Amino acid sequence: MAEEFVTIEINDQPVQARKGAMLIEVADNNGISIPRFCYHKKLSIAANCRMCLVEMEKSWKPVPACATPVNAGMKFWTRSDKAKNAQKGIMEFLLINHPLDCPICDQGGECELQDVSVGYGSNKSQYAEIKRVVQDKDIGPLIETEMTRCIQCTRCVRFGDEIAGMREMGGVGRGDRLEIGTYIEKSLQSELSGNVIDLCPVGALTAKPSRYKARAWEMVAHDAIAPHDSVGSHLQVHTFRKEVVRAVPRENDAINECWISDRDRFSYQGIASADRITKPMLKRDGHWYEVSWQQALDATAEILRAADPARTGALASATSTVEELYLFQRLMRGLNIRNIDHRVRQTDFSDQSAAPLCPSLGMPIAQLEQQNAVFLIGSNVRQEQPLLNHRIRKAALKGAAVMALNPRAFDFNYDVAQQAVAPADMLQALQAMANDPDNAVMATLKNAEHAAVLLGNVAVQHPDFAALRGLAYTIAEQTGATFGYLAESANTVGAWVAGVVPHRLSAGRELKQAGVPVGEFLSENTRTFVLLNTELADFANPQQAMKALSAAENVIVIAPFADNTTRKYATVLLPSSTFAETSGTFINAAGQWQSFKGATVPPGEARPTWKVLRVLGNTAGVPEFDWVATEEIVAELHLELDGVAVCNNRYAGTVGRDAKSCVSTTADGAFQRIGDVQMYRVDPLVRRAKALQAMIPPAAVQLNPQDAANMGVAAGDTLKVSQGAVTITLPAQLDAGIPAGCAGLQSGIEVSNVLGAAFGALQIAKAG
Amino acid sequence: MSFNWKHYFKTFSLKELMQGMGVTGKYFFERKITIQYPEEKTPISNRFRGHHALRRYPNGEERCIACKLCEAVCPALAITIDLEERPDGTRRTTRYDIDMFKCIYCGFCEEACPVDAIVETNIFEYHFENRGENIQTKDKLLAIGDKHEAEIAKMKAADAPYR
Repeated sequence: MAEEFVTIEINDQPVQARKGAMLIEVADNNGISIPRFCYHKKLSIAANCRMCLVEMEKSWKPVPACATPVNAGMKFWTRSDKAKNAQKGIMEFLLINHPLDCPICDQGGECELQDVSVGYGSNKSQYAEIKRVVQDKDIGPLIETEMTRCIQCTRCVRFGDEIAGMREMGGVGRGDRLEIGTYIEKSLQSELSGNVIDLCPVGALTAKPSRYKARAWEMVAHDAIAPHDSVGSHLQVHTFRKEVVRAVPRENDAINECWISDRDRFSYQGIASADRITKPMLKRDGHWYEVSWQQALDATAEILRAADPARTGALASATSTVEELYLFQRLMRGLNIRNIDHRVRQTDFSDQSAAPLCPSLGMPIAQLEQQNAVFLIGSNVRQEQPLLNHRIRKAALKGAAVMALNPRAFDFNYDVAQQAVAPADMLQALQAMANDPDNAVMATLKNAEHAAVLLGNVAVQHPDFAALRGLAYTIAEQTGATFGYLAESANTVGAWVAGVVPHRLSAGRELKQAGVPVGEFLSENTRTFVLLNTELADFANPQQAMKALSAAENVIVIAPFADNTTRKYATVLLPSSTFAETSGTFINAAGQWQSFKGATVPPGEARPTWKVLRVLGNTAGVPEFDWVATEEIVAELHLELDGVAVCNNRYAGTVGRDAKSCVSTTADGAFQRIGDVQMYRVDPLVRRAKALQAMIPPAAVQLNPQDAANMGVAAGDTLKVSQGAVTITLPAQLDAGIPAGCAGLQSGIEVSNVLGAAFGALQIAKAG
Repeated sequence: MSFNWKHYFKTFSLKELMQGMGVTGKYFFERKITIQYPEEKTPISNRFRGHHALRRYPNGEERCIACKLCEAVCPALAITIDLEERPDGTRRTTRYDIDMFKCIYCGFCEEACPVDAIVETNIFEYHFENRGENIQTKDKLLAIGDKHEAEIAKMKAADAPYR
């Protein structure tokens, strides 16, 4: 449908506008400010605050600009006496019940009500009666409420409905007794709930972790990129006296629009965690000693030079920046160490040589919402990449068919034709689809104008990843769909590009002598480990990792944090930086390079990671290791990449059509574990963010109700769960979304640190 | 240089000396206004801006709510505030420092305060003997407020009609 443009007049100025657009939208586009509270460009129109009243020609009454569609020849005046009087009157009404507690309100100084009141209000109030008081609600550890301040704009209510897809808040009562709340006392569960803090025009909803930390005018804003999921959301990190006190979204329509996930918003709390290492440390005879940087670097270089390259393993987390990863692999390869990897949660590496340069989305992020059909394979996208889920949700609301093949029924906030089969059966299920062109999934994908087949985190972590990828690619090829990956971490794409894989150099260049992937070198055979930002909870199989790391002679840890577990196996601790303390670059799922500057400095003697690596390279005598800025490192990588398309998902592997699943079907009493990663336990930083940790439900084993009935287990019963030699007790939960023979027990959470493979076999018995 | 009769007349008639002595004589016999400080003191305006104090409510609760407006408005950056949420849920300072060396006694802090917590008293006789004493902490400021509350309240009440 072609859009029709009309000419209207605002304040006697002719303005071009799309026919039917709301006046406030037209005014915004033309830089004419109209005060508003309930209107938000990403939300539906409520027109209940009445603040945007303006004068319209031939209208006796002023009209709300947010709910007045424009048509040719209409004339509006936003600052005429009539409009001003209307706005002043509304402002007075709004302030009747608003408390005068601005001095203690966290919103004070950045409050829309304050600004609009100064700009459009009166300087006196005629109201002398008693103001109303609304009881506060406890809506969880992330959001603080002060409901007396609420002006009932209902932005939070509409957000829950339209964006978060969960109707968590609503209004009770009417007129001046209208109260916004959650009906029953409960905490907001949405993974995007923190956005109501930004939406709230007053101080009714504020960030609980930042409560009373600093006033708006004291904070210094620094642009940053979110360090958790592969969306690469644009953030603004606010510091107060060099301490990070909050993170808020920066608008970017191509990436995160104006939202960010709670994980990106509140993970900054981890920066100041008690686990922070502030001095280089060496372990001698089982005791930790604080040493100078020179001593620590000399000792580390000595260990690395003396190490047998074949028996050395280097692991870097994909939450590190491109620069850090690039230096890391240059350093290791300069010392002949070839066993380099970042895929600590992956278990199947059999087709790595056929993999594309990097696992990208295959399209710009914004294009996800243009899809007519999306097929998700092994993806809990709502928790893994909340904002990609938001895009897919938008597509689904527009009528796209979203299908999913998952090891368990994940929770979606839109209609998904989800097939939940046991992890071991995923391969057969996918194979059946690929072999049957008339299959519903195949047909939908084929008939859609824009279709996408997307591999999620669970698929990448799946023991049959290679075969799943081969089949998914075949399906995409047969149906003409775009094939893409919902990359796991902030910089998974960057880790591939920077060459933190055993079989390729940076920029995907050929390597003469390849190393072995992490699955092979993570064993007692390896004598020396180098861990960059990687902890036990990051591994697909913590049991195996702990065994390997404890057996090693030397474990060099370059990380901002070290908990007691890390201190157990580590021998050298080099304190480094978090995302807010270093300049760097992340490459997001769509292949966008996004550089940022540090917002603050690392505490104590900790230093930006790339500087630690650079000086370590010099100390170890690696030639040509003389970068002085992160920009130089990125420039060098760009030079190496010359002509290589970053965003190309062509898969060259032989499709594993008849591959056998490696998770053998259960022996007696054994269950297949479904160990998807808990969303707030994905990386070291978020694991230390207190408020987010409080959002994690208590650990439990989820069983299929039929299995539970067969075992005589009821919900809440204590179960003995063993994997390998370790047995832990956990309460049982019944979940019909778990396929028979499987048990849901998430990875990354505290209890699973002692367990084995995320998709391995579990022995479950009733305790007592 | 020309010969100036007027100049010579003025010089030799001692006219200016007489004028000067006239002024001296006038004040010699007029009412004396010299104050014998410290035994005697001049009256002080209700708006006098002397040493700061933090006030309390009659029930003993400190007034300051740590809104940091005084810190923001202070042109000399003399005020430093840290705050916390007290167990009873109220917003309170954990630190309220005024560097008296930086302070220029402009009174903006007092004007900015929404709860009349920080005030400038009529105390101007104070000194510091050691480095560091120039930082007036919350405890010291509250103590001054407690000691002089009656006087402060009187001053504020007297000045209220003009605000």
